[in-house]
Amino acid sequence: MLRGIFIAGLSIVIAGTAYWGYQEHREKNAILLNAENNYQRAFHDLSYQISALHDKIGATLAMNSRQSQSPALTEVWRISSQAHSDVGQLPLTLLPFNKTEDFLSNIGNFSYRTAVRNLDKEPLTDKEYKTLNVLYKQSGDIKNELQNVQHMVLKNNLRWMDVEMALASGKETSDNTIIDGFKTVEKTVSSYDQSFFGPTNMNIKQKDENFKNVKGKRISSKSAVRIAKKYMNIDGNVLEKVTENGKGSDYGFYSISFRDTKTNHEANMDITKKGGYPIWFIHSRSVASQKISLNDANTKAAVFLQNAGFKNMDLYESAQYDSIGVFDFVTKVDNIRIYPEAIKVKVALDNGEIIGFSAEEYMKIHHFRKLPVPAITKDQAKAKINPHLKIMEEREAIFLNNLNQEVFCYEFLGTIGEDTYRIFINAKNGMEEDVQKLKNTETVL
Amino acid sequence: MNIKKILSKSVILLSLCLLLTLSLLENQKAYAFSNQVIQKGAVGQDVNELQSRLKFLGYYHGNINGVFGWSTYWALRNFQYQFGLPVDGLAGGTTKTKLLNATRNYKTDNRQNTAATGAGGSNANNQASMPKATNIPNGFSQNDIQLISNAVYGESRGEPFIGQVAVAAVILNRLQSPLFPHSISGVIFQPGAFTAVADGQIWLTPNTTAKKAVLDAMNGWDPSGNALYYFNPATATSPWIWSRPQIKQIGKHIFCK
Repeated sequence: MLRGIFIAGLSIVIAGTAYWGYQEHREKNAILLNAENNYQRAFHDLSYQISALHDKIGATLAMNSRQSQSPALTEVWRISSQAHSDVGQLPLTLLPFNKTEDFLSNIGNFSYRTAVRNLDKEPLTDKEYKTLNVLYKQSGDIKNELQNVQHMVLKNNLRWMDVEMALASGKETSDNTIIDGFKTVEKTVSSYDQSFFGPTNMNIKQKDENFKNVKGKRISSKSAVRIAKKYMNIDGNVLEKVTENGKGSDYGFYSISFRDTKTNHEANMDITKKGGYPIWFIHSRSVASQKISLNDANTKAAVFLQNAGFKNMDLYESAQYDSIGVFDFVTKVDNIRIYPEAIKVKVALDNGEIIGFSAEEYMKIHHFRKLPVPAITKDQAKAKINPHLKIMEEREAIFLNNLNQEVFCYEFLGTIGEDTYRIFINAKNGMEEDVQKLKNTETVL
Repeated sequence: MNIKKILSKSVILLSLCLLLTLSLLENQKAYAFSNQVIQKGAVGQDVNELQSRLKFLGYYHGNINGVFGWSTYWALRNFQYQFGLPVDGLAGGTTKTKLLNATRNYKTDNRQNTAATGAGGSNANNQASMPKATNIPNGFSQNDIQLISNAVYGESRGEPFIGQVAVAAVILNRLQSPLFPHSISGVIFQPGAFTAVADGQIWLTPNTTAKKAVLDAMNGWDPSGNALYYFNPATATSPWIWSRPQIKQIGKHIFCK
């Protein structure tokens, strides 16, 4: 009797567990399938977009009328951006796929620059035709490789989830079709010479100026510590630690860190090996409630820059975050603001201490430059501006346009309704180089 | 006789009222602004006061939010221009005195409101002193800050402060790079990009340190030395990541190009 109840109870428990386990299993599979389908969609879409890209570039090449070339190039730009987005949704982060992404971004830049140009006045040059031809061939090769992978995936029912597992664990699996396929695509792209893109191929490369304008002799790690102490105003009992940059860095620097033995606060700074210039520093400490005004902090920041030997710095942006003031300075020579030469200073509003400093952009770009002379007058530049804009401030400035070139401009600050805009008009040719909507306050959500 | 009595009573009451108003006005004048010079980017009670008074005069059209943004800046400059002051966008001593004189009636209005609503009025005043808006680095939103803070906290909460700034900087560097997606969410949720996304630690609630680190990175600090990748050598499983050129180590993370 007792045994019967026991067996009955046990079988109910077993049946329940089995049912529960089955449900869990089904749910897990459903979720896995869902994730897998997302990967599959991105992958097949990538293949589709690349082949559309290839066709569209081909069509552009065959076109004779400039009226239809512009829209076609815009289409190339759109498709390349779509393909780029697909790549971003695949688990390829751990796979060397940089060259292909670089390629897509180059096509995007090239087609954008040519599409927005007035092709009636400035038709595609021979060199640009050549570039398009190469792009056509290149996209064709990528298309073929990708379609091969796609075919294998479909034929053998390959799963991206397995690829992700394989990549994450770093273990080689028996079937590496997808990984190998993408490696082949990558190889195909890297076999091409990248130099033909000309001035459009800028991207991040321009950013690596590597402090080439910085002058001076290589300093020792001891003098680096001395310099860091001076900048960060550190005395008293600190533990110091200096490390050199790793081999992969584009430029030589020392990283110095101080730890106050009493308060345990940390202060860190990077200094160039060449010449011992400050790149940035941060005091990591908590800041108590506000005691001094943003304006007083501004004065302190300006004095700090003056004492540190940064001349002609002009404040262009200031903001308060809780009890910290952040100030953006740029060089100003002969009333021309040089925007690329920017320095940021962070001031604690509890006691006015400078707790942060970043001169990376300034150090990378600052050099002696012949100041340009405008070719058009300010009034001519004003005439180029949207008549709805109420101009409030105007000055001359040098800034980096979207090709990463320094351009000499008239800068106008103005409003349309409640919105504020910063507009740069090229002082040489009157081109509207950039229009930025300025927004730096937001209602607390 | 009765009318006379009422009249004299009301005269006394009126003069009393006037006296009270005057004395209060004096008080208001002294306490309306602290003696700081208010500049663009400032936050707090003084900015509230500035905005309210500029709005009262019709120069400012936005909300009284306690943050000195562009609208407040232009309103102040227009006021300075109209009143023959040097147009510098700074609310210093002279500007504030001029503004107080020009808005003599403003506080009276406000006080009547307060009197009318009684205790509730002072409550409303207190609420007005809390900033309703916040400064954000140009080109970002509060949600961007929140999202990156989540990622930074999930990825590096045990790291030193600059290590957290560096992780935030890597996310922003990826945003600029042609090799990565062009949106913050695209970068953060790229499959396999961050372990905190894969294991769900990104959904922990970030602390203020993580948020401060994100703000520093957004404001232009990059302790990573322009890195695009980082990894923890103790836990990294992919051999590929070791092939990246290494820039530096902060805390447990090695930052690479």
